[in-house]
Amino acid sequence: MRTTIFLLIFSITASMFAQPSGKELMALIDKNLSAKTQVMSAKMVISGARGSRTIEFSSWAEGDKRAFTEYTSPSREQGTKMLKLEDKLWIFSPSTDRIIQISGQMLRQSVMGSDLSYEDMMNNSDLTSHYNASVSGTDTAQNRRCWILQLNALTGDEAYQVRRIWVDQERFVPLREELYAKSGKLLKRIELSEVARIQGRWYPMKIVYKDMLKSGEGTQFNIVTLKLDEQIPESTFSKASLK
Amino acid sequence: MIKFLLKGLVRDSHRSKLPVIVVAIGVMLTVLLTTWITGVIGDSINLNAKLATGHVKVVTNGYLESMDQLPVDLSLTGSSAIISELRKDHPETTWVERIEFGGLLDVGDENGETKSQGPIAGIAINFRDTLSGEAGRLNLDKILVEGRLPSLPGEILVSHSFAAKLGIKINSSVTFIGSTMYGSMAINNFKVTGTITYGITALDRGSVIVDIADARRALDMDDACNEILGFTSLDYYDDEKATLLMNSFNSKHENKNDPFAPVMIRLRDQNDLGSLIDLMGGVVGIISFIFIVVMSVVLWNAGLVGGLRRYGEVGLRLAIGEEKGHIYRSMIAESFVIGLAGSVIGVAMGLSISFLIEQKGLDFSSVMQNATMLMPGIFRTRITPEAWYIGFIPGLFATVLGTMLSGIGIYRRQTASLFKELQS
Repeated sequence: MRTTIFLLIFSITASMFAQPSGKELMALIDKNLSAKTQVMSAKMVISGARGSRTIEFSSWAEGDKRAFTEYTSPSREQGTKMLKLEDKLWIFSPSTDRIIQISGQMLRQSVMGSDLSYEDMMNNSDLTSHYNASVSGTDTAQNRRCWILQLNALTGDEAYQVRRIWVDQERFVPLREELYAKSGKLLKRIELSEVARIQGRWYPMKIVYKDMLKSGEGTQFNIVTLKLDEQIPESTFSKASLK
Repeated sequence: MIKFLLKGLVRDSHRSKLPVIVVAIGVMLTVLLTTWITGVIGDSINLNAKLATGHVKVVTNGYLESMDQLPVDLSLTGSSAIISELRKDHPETTWVERIEFGGLLDVGDENGETKSQGPIAGIAINFRDTLSGEAGRLNLDKILVEGRLPSLPGEILVSHSFAAKLGIKINSSVTFIGSTMYGSMAINNFKVTGTITYGITALDRGSVIVDIADARRALDMDDACNEILGFTSLDYYDDEKATLLMNSFNSKHENKNDPFAPVMIRLRDQNDLGSLIDLMGGVVGIISFIFIVVMSVVLWNAGLVGGLRRYGEVGLRLAIGEEKGHIYRSMIAESFVIGLAGSVIGVAMGLSISFLIEQKGLDFSSVMQNATMLMPGIFRTRITPEAWYIGFIPGLFATVLGTMLSGIGIYRRQTASLFKELQS
């Protein structure tokens, strides 16, 4: 009887830490992070040459196609809104009463001087439909055992052609990520921490982005509130909501 | 003796006419080429100074490291105090604040949505303070194609070709999108009052000019600017003077560990202009050397031809007892007189043509359409003090050298066979 119990515990433990395939690991990450919709309020602490600034905003996102962001603080940024539909982005600035379209390479520019691009900021896409994956090894991040997941973009359109993700072996949430250009140049390094249980998923509430091409200490992204798979009114994703 | 030589040269025009013409043409070309190159390179340096570099420039250490990217976040703060200090310490130099910035210019449709947009490189200057002389320095009255210069807050000048490309009309509103000094998003509306054409493709692609007060408001740069330009009282760049200014300022402010500490740089330290200045210094010497060599060869040949023609005369002079050395020296003295006459005529001709081109200029703007560096469309010569004497160096030296080479034959003549030669 004791042997049977030992074998049962051993097989359960072994199956827990057995190396999953890259595809399985991507699916497990998507299960945690990729939601049909995301509604969040967050703070961004941007460290620049002249000190740090804190920007507060609320955002509504549906998949990787539609997103809406409204900046609430500081006063210079207050009332600025951004709408992303497919590969186009519109910015409304209350001081000019203008709706300005940003597209193409401009989407890869920094948002408000942060280490995030417009694409980074409004991207809620799943990994499975954009990358091929393989597990390249194991490592430790934030004192937790991780799989190292190597992702290669399926198309040349992706901003980051290669990604290396340190995935928590128990919670299947990324704890570290490195984003590379096609040339192999490291573009960004991301540290994800304060993993919390949100609606049955593991989700990092603090993310530090470091643009490797910029000086400075990086941008800290803190999620204050997060709701997943909430119904978002259709009107949110229209240009009318910008003004 | 000189009187005797002069009489000989005047009476026997075959002896002097061709060498004088050759020397005059050579000297004229030397003077013309010197003034042309000095003028073209000097104009190019002046244009760079006025538009971008100043004779000296004060920036921060951090800005200096990545100046090509125009990083407004590494601007000079407390710029009014720095400029006051500069005006007190160096009152003979004109000091002006500028902001150079990049971003997007967006043109809206009737609903206020984007109709067209393009990247811009902007210069913010002090329009309202007429004492700054900035409008004149950038030649704004002359490069204005349509409309008027900004006189009220929130007005902007846009490059003419860029305006045509984006469909911008005079008095229409455009929106600037960029980053503030603190990294925030800068979005500001401007009213287009005029369009400009520099005639330099690199600038006409997408340049805008605004008043510095408007740029400060848009880029959140209260009492800040990213460049303070200094222009010495001279109309041209004086490297020695600029170096003195730079050393004086930097010895007072040097702090390489602070990225926001001010540092002064010279014109020659920017935009690869140092090599252009060095080229200008060396080019006069190179031209003189080439002309000395070429003309020596030409005059050597002329001397040989003349020597052959005067074979009998030299033989007769030797036969009646004149020393070989005396004949040789008298021929060199003759060539000196010829060289002097040719040089005077050549310098006069070269300076006259140079003066004409200096005043009128030669318009090459049609072939400069695709120029990527800052070069003026109209080229002018510049008559510098050295243009007055530079022609005399090859003019005299080459003539004398040519005669010295061709005259060596005198020493090869055998006195014993002179009568036989004369009989034949």
